Amino acid sequence: MRRVTWFNATSLTLGFAFLYLPMVILIIYSFNESKLVTVWAGFSTKWYGELLSNQSFLDAAWVTVKVAVMSSSIATVLGTMAALVLVRSGRFSGRTLFSGMIYAPLVMPEVITGLSLLLLFIGLNIDRGVMTIVLAHTTFSMCFVSVVVSSRLVSFDRSLEEAALDLGCSQMQAFFLVTLPIIAPAVISGWLLAFTLSLDDLVIASFTAGPSSTTLPIKIWSSIRLGLSPEINALSTLMIAVVTVGVITASLISKRGSLKRQADERAAET
Amino acid sequence: MRRLALIAVPYIWLLALFLVPFLIVLKISLSDIAMAIPPYTPTLDLTEGWEGLKDFFSNLDFDNYIFLTTDDLYWKAYLSSFKIAVIATFLTLLVGYPIAYGMAAAPDHWRPTLMMLVILPFWTSFLIRVYSWIGILSNEGYLNQLLLSLGIISSPLTILNTNVAVYIGIVYTYLPFMILPIYAALERMDGSLLEAAEDLGCSRITAFWLVTFPLSKNGIIAGCFLVFIPTIGEFVIPSLLGGSRTLMIGKVLWEEFFNNRDWPVASAVAVILLLLLIIPIILFQRNEQKQREAEG
Repeated sequence: MRRVTWFNATSLTLGFAFLYLPMVILIIYSFNESKLVTVWAGFSTKWYGELLSNQSFLDAAWVTVKVAVMSSSIATVLGTMAALVLVRSGRFSGRTLFSGMIYAPLVMPEVITGLSLLLLFIGLNIDRGVMTIVLAHTTFSMCFVSVVVSSRLVSFDRSLEEAALDLGCSQMQAFFLVTLPIIAPAVISGWLLAFTLSLDDLVIASFTAGPSSTTLPIKIWSSIRLGLSPEINALSTLMIAVVTVGVITASLISKRGSLKRQADERAAET
Repeated sequence: MRRLALIAVPYIWLLALFLVPFLIVLKISLSDIAMAIPPYTPTLDLTEGWEGLKDFFSNLDFDNYIFLTTDDLYWKAYLSSFKIAVIATFLTLLVGYPIAYGMAAAPDHWRPTLMMLVILPFWTSFLIRVYSWIGILSNEGYLNQLLLSLGIISSPLTILNTNVAVYIGIVYTYLPFMILPIYAALERMDGSLLEAAEDLGCSRITAFWLVTFPLSKNGIIAGCFLVFIPTIGEFVIPSLLGGSRTLMIGKVLWEEFFNNRDWPVASAVAVILLLLLIIPIILFQRNEQKQREAEG
């Protein structure tokens, strides 16, 4: 169905305007001189200055990045292991419970996940801080990683691994030398997904954070509860810029990768 | 041996940090509030052996659940979350379908870019996407400024802190979840089916309702569940864009826990919310499975 009609063109234009206009307005008004966010009073970058000299934002950003790097890395290892179990381990007792525990966190309301982990940490008398947020984020994001990785593993050709085993690799070597490089794109996108989920999370972090481990979303939340703030506009613009650059770079790299693969395949055929 | 380790590590992690915490919630929902640390009773005292265990179980009861049915606030909050989620899902479908349709009809070389444009907002902070609407919808906001200067309205509209703002926020943030499955269904469709329908005398609109729409049904169902399920427990959107009259169960749970410090009631609210969600989740799983089977 290739039909560019006025109806399709309009719905695409309106749809993307709806998706992007709020963010464009946010970015424009982050350069507003006035403290009143909705009244334009001339161009200025002073709120970026204020933001970057505000130590509490910088501290929160550092905590957030630390949590995201640690939790997404552990989640990638655990999630990949879980995917291997789901796809390859066949039947074992407790398999139903296992796959249930992988899929349930994907649809669990965040307030419930947060509440239950907080009650666990209190029950075990664990002080809340960076480590408890890492544990919480790892738990729900490993499930996302395992879904992403297992969808790649399903279509994986196991004869490649068998060939490696026949040629004298140990099971471990076969995994790290053959399987892992092939499923690497899925593992990397799993890591990126886990990283973003962790950066973005307010609710679970609010339950599991301690007083000294304020993450950026918690900090943003406490500032915007009181209404609009020009500093938050500046911060939003910086975050949108980082994400946009990241996504465009990633898609260019993957496009180049698929072009190269196509060229290789053509070369192999001739 | 290695296989055992492979299974055991993620298994134990999920047992300890997913299943056990949930059992604790279940247990606390059967306890009573107490002025103590932790603020509920009974607590399990294993040093007293069998007697302690018997004591522990005899002190658990369903009082909190009975309380939830007697106080209007809770069942109204469940009902209103359900209503808001249904309406918001429908609105998201209305907005999302034409976009997905337009994408599927676009020339091939546009598609990767259109896909990226739909996914990009998903990678940006959820909190910031909700926040961006405060400036637009407030009484002095950009929308009111625009409408006033065009002379369409004479006094500012109150949108922020009403349910209308909540609907806008949900449609905006969950739109990609609706667009992607519908687009996937429409993209697979064979265009010659439409030509056949038109050759046989259908108008374009009848052909849409008789051919395109039924063929995209699975995408629509998947999209609706992907929006509906997380919306029910939503906390951020009703707290930021909704008003004091916006009742949603995620917000009630949060306030019960952080403001009233009533952990047993908050736990009971969580258990019931989960029980209510099990039905749509099972329906969603079944739809996905049917689709997989249909694809072979």
